[in-house]
Amino acid sequence: MTLSDHPLLEVTGLTKTFPVRQSLLSRWRGQPRRAVQALTDVNLSVKRGETLGIVGESGCGKSTLARTLVRLYTADSGSVRYGGQDVLALSGAELRGYNRRVQMIFQDPYSSLNPRMTVGQVLREALGVHKMRPADQIPARVSELLSLVGLPAEAANRLPHEFSGGQRQRIGIARALALEPECLIADELVSALDVSVQAQVVNLLLELQERLNLTVLFVAHDLRLVRHLSHRVAVMYLGRVVEVASTEAAFEAPKHPYTQGLLAAAPTLDPGSRSLEPAISGELPSPLNVPSGCAFRTRCKSAFGRCATERPLLSDTGDGHMVACHLYSGAGPT
Amino acid sequence: MTTTLPAPGAALKVARRRSLKPTLVIGLVLLLVLLLAAIFPRLFTPYSPTDFDYTAILKGPTLKHPFGTDNFGRDVFSRVIHGTRIDLQIAVFTTLFPFIFGTLLGALTAFRGRWADAVVGRIADLVVVFPFLVLVIAIVAVLGPGLNNMYIAVSAVGWVSYWRLTRGEVLSQKKAEYAQAAQVLGYSPARVLLRHLLPNAVTPAIVYLMTDMSLGILLGASLGYLGLGAQPPTPEWGVMVADGKNFMVTAWWISTFPGLALTLAGVTFSLIGDGLADALRPRS
Amino acid sequence: MMVMGTTQTTMTSPSSPLLSVRDLNVRIPTPGGELHAVRGVSFDVAPGEVLGLVGESGSGKSVTLRALLGLHRAPIKMSGEVHYGGANLLSMPDRALRSVRGGQISMIFQEPMTALNPVLSVGEQITENLREHRNLKGKAAQDRAAELLDLTGIPSPRARLADYPHQFSGGMRQRAMIAIALASEPKLLLADEPTTALDVTIQDQILRLLLKLVGELHMSVILVTHDLGVVAQTCDRVAVMYGGRLMETAGVGELFARPKHAYTHGLLGSLPGSGSHSSNHRRPLTPIPGGPPDLRALPQGCTFAPRCTYATGECRFSEPPLVEVAPGHASACLHHDRLSVLEVSV
Repeated sequence: MTLSDHPLLEVTGLTKTFPVRQSLLSRWRGQPRRAVQALTDVNLSVKRGETLGIVGESGCGKSTLARTLVRLYTADSGSVRYGGQDVLALSGAELRGYNRRVQMIFQDPYSSLNPRMTVGQVLREALGVHKMRPADQIPARVSELLSLVGLPAEAANRLPHEFSGGQRQRIGIARALALEPECLIADELVSALDVSVQAQVVNLLLELQERLNLTVLFVAHDLRLVRHLSHRVAVMYLGRVVEVASTEAAFEAPKHPYTQGLLAAAPTLDPGSRSLEPAISGELPSPLNVPSGCAFRTRCKSAFGRCATERPLLSDTGDGHMVACHLYSGAGPT
Repeated sequence: MTTTLPAPGAALKVARRRSLKPTLVIGLVLLLVLLLAAIFPRLFTPYSPTDFDYTAILKGPTLKHPFGTDNFGRDVFSRVIHGTRIDLQIAVFTTLFPFIFGTLLGALTAFRGRWADAVVGRIADLVVVFPFLVLVIAIVAVLGPGLNNMYIAVSAVGWVSYWRLTRGEVLSQKKAEYAQAAQVLGYSPARVLLRHLLPNAVTPAIVYLMTDMSLGILLGASLGYLGLGAQPPTPEWGVMVADGKNFMVTAWWISTFPGLALTLAGVTFSLIGDGLADALRPRS
Repeated sequence: MMVMGTTQTTMTSPSSPLLSVRDLNVRIPTPGGELHAVRGVSFDVAPGEVLGLVGESGSGKSVTLRALLGLHRAPIKMSGEVHYGGANLLSMPDRALRSVRGGQISMIFQEPMTALNPVLSVGEQITENLREHRNLKGKAAQDRAAELLDLTGIPSPRARLADYPHQFSGGMRQRAMIAIALASEPKLLLADEPTTALDVTIQDQILRLLLKLVGELHMSVILVTHDLGVVAQTCDRVAVMYGGRLMETAGVGELFARPKHAYTHGLLGSLPGSGSHSSNHRRPLTPIPGGPPDLRALPQGCTFAPRCTYATGECRFSEPPLVEVAPGHASACLHHDRLSVLEVSV
């Protein structure tokens, strides 16, 4: 597998808000339109063949980011470039071509498959719509895809409800692979599965990535898993990317106070490393009302005056370790 | 690495057991009886439904006339059997158009909502502010009495329920990840809607269709009774109930048997609706 | 590498346990056959101890927890003994059980939003419990309610007494639920996945809060969870469940360092090792093959045998009993001494 330096996917200034439905009365009273700040000025790049882990808590925007990248959501502003193509401007056949190359695997093994279609129908449909194979080769390809994800060929005649959660995730992966994509976006791929089954699906992803030279965006809240799988990690908080670094740097020497707190809060398997104080105090602010300046400042032990007034920008602190924190932008607290 | 599949037996057994729900079976058997009567009425009836027989007027039920005769000496049993065709026809024609139109419109407005959804929503509001029967009667009064005009009137009003049901269901199915997956797989909007969303959203409408058919028969009968639907001497159950109303005390059978036939048809469709609701639910 | 901390506690319970469960069975009739969800479970909880009841979905951990308070209703059948304060809770008359339930034994749930009553203010729900179990009324109850909210770390507690559950965030709701549970000054708190619905940083806060309260109020806790990390960071002793049975019980340090059951061993071994050993980075994990058992069609012998790499003919013949294999460490595995040394990097 080769990691080229040239980014395959490049996200710049991506912003997405979801307006909150308002009654006519409150609109007439001139109350300002409220909106969920799902993504604010997100900058990221993904290299070909790499696995980028995206972590954060609920409301941090990681799932919105994934869905915006595959054009399920329409971005408010910013740009997404994929292999030189302006993704946000695509439509029609070009958009379908992009979707073929960038596929998504969904979180919920129970709702991500059409309950009325057999596994074979699901795969044949994907192969047929995109004319991946001539009609006479489609049955063979269906069996091939199933064996690729570790399912027997008879699975094609079954309906989704006949499978376990882990097997359904395999079917979801097979469906995405039917289009022979270059890039997979996995949104909480295993978080709905039992612990003893997670490792099976993780291994499958690793094996397929190796074999098919896939680029993977691994969106998850399980830090242990992200650490194991990712080459690089992006940490998000309230719609913003606060830190991007190599996996080793992000986990061994995190720079952003939020990343440090998040790592400390995640329960490790070592009963001896128990702390009595919570790693981060305070509540997650509402995404309807993101704090001014740095979104994390209300829970940050190191916050100082500038954090409330000026939004820290993601900047390189050396070796590609990017942090959005005023502690690292020269003028620290005085 | 290959994982093993669960034995198919268990799941199949459950599926089979479920499709054999007694309500559905009884409903289908009753429907078969109704269909036979509708298609081959002469197999069951010794008399014509419209021939007068002045020698046997207002006779009570006997072996010769199991449901008795009416004030023109017509055999009530034959008229009830022949009425099956008209009333089943009413059941189908009062519901089929509302079902198709309402369901498709509901799917479309939910899928590609915005202004179309808002406009259709207002029109639906306009339709439902009038009591159903009053509105239908008003339309028939304008168009003139008769079955065809009745179908038009009911269709103009009846689609709203199907639109509501399907719209709501498509809106909720749209949020399911399989629908998002279909979109990300680059499928055309028509395919996402017709192949993925609609089959998963149409069940409540089908179940309602069955209830609506029994309501449709009752409505047709009511309009027939009021003289706005089928016209005499057509052997329609509602018309027959109306014909017999003056003889309720002296010749109860003229109204009672067509009334029972109405009830039977209503029960048939309700049973089928109940059974279908269960059989069409996707297993999970 | 395993670092032994100071939290290593006594593995054997002191002479008189607070709660003692013997041969608990729960059978749930379903259309597809009877589901024997809990099969002969026995364990003790010592005063002041945090016992983790850990297992995957369908392992019977939540069903066990609910059975302790007799919360299952017919047609679900319960048998066995749950000894608390010299009485068997399962054979107690309903009236007497109600005074124990929510009084000396309280429970908190995974979804505070559904477990809290949406039409009563948080203050009303706390004072209700105070009146019922502590006989406190009026001003005294109000004062105590505010104290309890303060104890669970809710800022400006007196003002928030009048708030309704929907006005609280997820973490605050869980705190409020804990405050309600603590109102009766319970000796034992049953916690059913209390942090599963919460974010990592909020989970951390709630777990720390629970530990603080255990120390201050001298209660015991049974914590049901599927998360081994939560167990490691919170519990003193652990009971591992699989297929409705207890597979292993041990002190938390001992369990993570030297698991004595092939299932626990496999589970710990399947987790991605993190740590500074970057040699394992992106290497295949060691999964447990297959999936969880079907409780309606359990295999003969050890429930885990079909997925177990150590299984022998003997394992498939009869179900091994839970026996003490080391001081304070019990296992229901015939091959507990054959398990390889785990390289759990933490």
